[in-house]
Amino acid sequence: MRHTKKAVVAGVALLTAFTLAGCAGGTGGSGSGNAADPAACAPSEGKVTLDFTSWIPGIEDVAKIWNAENPDIQVKVQTGPNGNSGTYSSFFSQLEAGNAPDLGQIEYDALSSFRVQDGLEDLSACKDVVAAKDKFIPWTWNQVTLGTDGVYGIPQDSGPMALFYRSDLFEKNGIKVPTTWAEYKEAAKEVRKAGGYITNFSTADINQFAGLVWQTGGDWFSNDGDAWKVNLTGDESKTVADYWQDLIKEDLVSTYPAWTEEWNNAYNSGKVWSWNSAVWGANSISSGAPDTSGKWSVAPSPQWNAGDKAAGNWGGSSVAVFKGSKHPYEAAKFALWLNTSDEALSALNKSANIYPATTEGLKLPSLQEGVEFYGGQKIYDVFAEAAAEVNPDFVWGPTMTQTYADVSDGFQKAASGQGTLLEALQSAQTKTVDALKAQSIPVSE
Amino acid sequence: MSLLTRTRGATATDLPSTRGPRESIMSRTAALLIMGVFTLYFLVPIWWLFIASTKDRGQLLTTNALWFADWNLFANIGDLVSYNNGIYFRWLLNSLAYAGLGALLATVFAGMAGYALGKYRFRGREAFFNIVLGGVLVPATALALPLFLLFSQVNLTNTFWSVLLPSIVSPFGVYLARIYASSSVPDELIEAARLDGSGEVRTFFTVSSRLMAPALVTIFLFQFVSIWNNFFLPLIMLRSQDLFPVTYGLYTWNTQLNQIPELRTYVLVGAFLSIVPLIIAFLLLQRFWRNGLGNGSVK
Repeated sequence: MRHTKKAVVAGVALLTAFTLAGCAGGTGGSGSGNAADPAACAPSEGKVTLDFTSWIPGIEDVAKIWNAENPDIQVKVQTGPNGNSGTYSSFFSQLEAGNAPDLGQIEYDALSSFRVQDGLEDLSACKDVVAAKDKFIPWTWNQVTLGTDGVYGIPQDSGPMALFYRSDLFEKNGIKVPTTWAEYKEAAKEVRKAGGYITNFSTADINQFAGLVWQTGGDWFSNDGDAWKVNLTGDESKTVADYWQDLIKEDLVSTYPAWTEEWNNAYNSGKVWSWNSAVWGANSISSGAPDTSGKWSVAPSPQWNAGDKAAGNWGGSSVAVFKGSKHPYEAAKFALWLNTSDEALSALNKSANIYPATTEGLKLPSLQEGVEFYGGQKIYDVFAEAAAEVNPDFVWGPTMTQTYADVSDGFQKAASGQGTLLEALQSAQTKTVDALKAQSIPVSE
Repeated sequence: MSLLTRTRGATATDLPSTRGPRESIMSRTAALLIMGVFTLYFLVPIWWLFIASTKDRGQLLTTNALWFADWNLFANIGDLVSYNNGIYFRWLLNSLAYAGLGALLATVFAGMAGYALGKYRFRGREAFFNIVLGGVLVPATALALPLFLLFSQVNLTNTFWSVLLPSIVSPFGVYLARIYASSSVPDELIEAARLDGSGEVRTFFTVSSRLMAPALVTIFLFQFVSIWNNFFLPLIMLRSQDLFPVTYGLYTWNTQLNQIPELRTYVLVGAFLSIVPLIIAFLLLQRFWRNGLGNGSVK
């Protein structure tokens, strides 16, 4: 999800900006509350073919299962690079040209930007969709309603966060596994004495930082129906920023560029001891640090107040139906099957380790087993618990690409000693408000 | 620059004795050193890629990055070939088709256009030429989105043509062909061909194009490489992975590493194999390439 080359990202951002400039105007954040018209989700006559773009490896095999069972609704899968690495900009240009696919994979943090460009079909007109609401973990549903009465996608997966840690090293050095952030800092000092770093602070993964703010109960964006409110520097963000600023200042965390070989190596060689990351991080560690097999464990994320159970979320996607699709009913039907049926969820989990967004999905047999890399621990139990504790009120803004880039610029400087994390958030706050205004999206300050 | 030029004279085997004093050992050593550093700089990444392609996933990170561990190259290639029904070779063939066909057509068009601009006098000739020259300045990336919208109008996005058609124009090729044609094709020869009853088109293909061969090969190589490396156009135009060129396909895999860690090996082996056609093209056409570049730069 994050293995991107800078230049490409910059280029893609440029192209996206082009497209955005092309179709902004008049469509900004229009209010909720339009009663959905059931006719907008009527079945089509005869045989239907749907185009579906997704970057999940092996998704074409899952679509084959559907195609075999549904001869009248055939799904053609097209793949591409993951969203921010190119597929989103393709979506935007296709929407502009009027030839977008029927369905597309969109991460939660990008849904808003498609919605303000009026690129998404509101699925609240589809009875089946509305009825399926209770199947999903409540906060994932909020990620696709975007705080309105509409439904702009079907939740696909989620990324509840927990603490991956080197149980062998913690034990060997007699360090207690931290349950609060205060203990985490104390542990960090001891780890540093033992010659390691407790974790790596990524200046590039702003959605990880957002996950930490999310856990703290903070909220970066809100929308009252008329205008967006940007709040990157609320109390919770300050708490998190100050905490990590301290760790960086006291040299208790490393700041390797994330997702590089150097970073992999730091974990593989036992230089870095823990990672507060999402459920899919289990895979990143096992692929990046193969030598440490059997030495990791997973515990719930450290808390701000002892005894709490708050969890953050990092990542997760939905399947959305694009405006202009001639078959929203069939598209919604397929999207629901893909993300709620046992057969699809187990296939997705098997082929690409997709962690489902439904409550039933968390009970998949493959998620009940011990994982060898983690010493046989049933790590998904920890994540299932975390998934239930994610704050449902966190909302993503419509300009996340820009916000991420600006925060990341500031974080990189802070990591090298210029400025602080909080200052980075403050400057990104201003720039985000400017960016919203530049796209004629109403902002209240 | 001057350092390098001097060295070339100094190391040539047929150095004429009348050329004056030989250069000092110092400057020769310095030049060799600089060249050595640059050679290393360019070759080390390729060497790394080769070494990485021979390792399995576990050894990739844990063994010396610049030396062999267990020899797994063929196993890796086998995995790459079988992954996803051998889609990789499909991508490689696509790339060859886009770059080979595109470069061939681009060379023909640029050669004809440059020849016409260089050898015929007609109204608006300079205006045409300047407009074409202006095209050199427009980066391909900036054109990708407008092209997408144009192709959408005629329902050609996500087709073979959507990548091929934009690739067959080469403003730089027109420029090079004109410069080269005006200096290397004598007017007398064209005149003679006319007297012998040859039409203009026939003259171009049978006589002039032979004389322009070094320039044409240069144009072909330039265009081949630029199509092979063109990334944005496929990114914007294509959706079906059956149509992807190899660069875009590998990039797609690279963004999916997190879900399927094995892809890391495939991306490395795939990248290594994908430079082989380029190396072959260069080795075969190198002689012309050097001639062409030299000529273009002097005239």
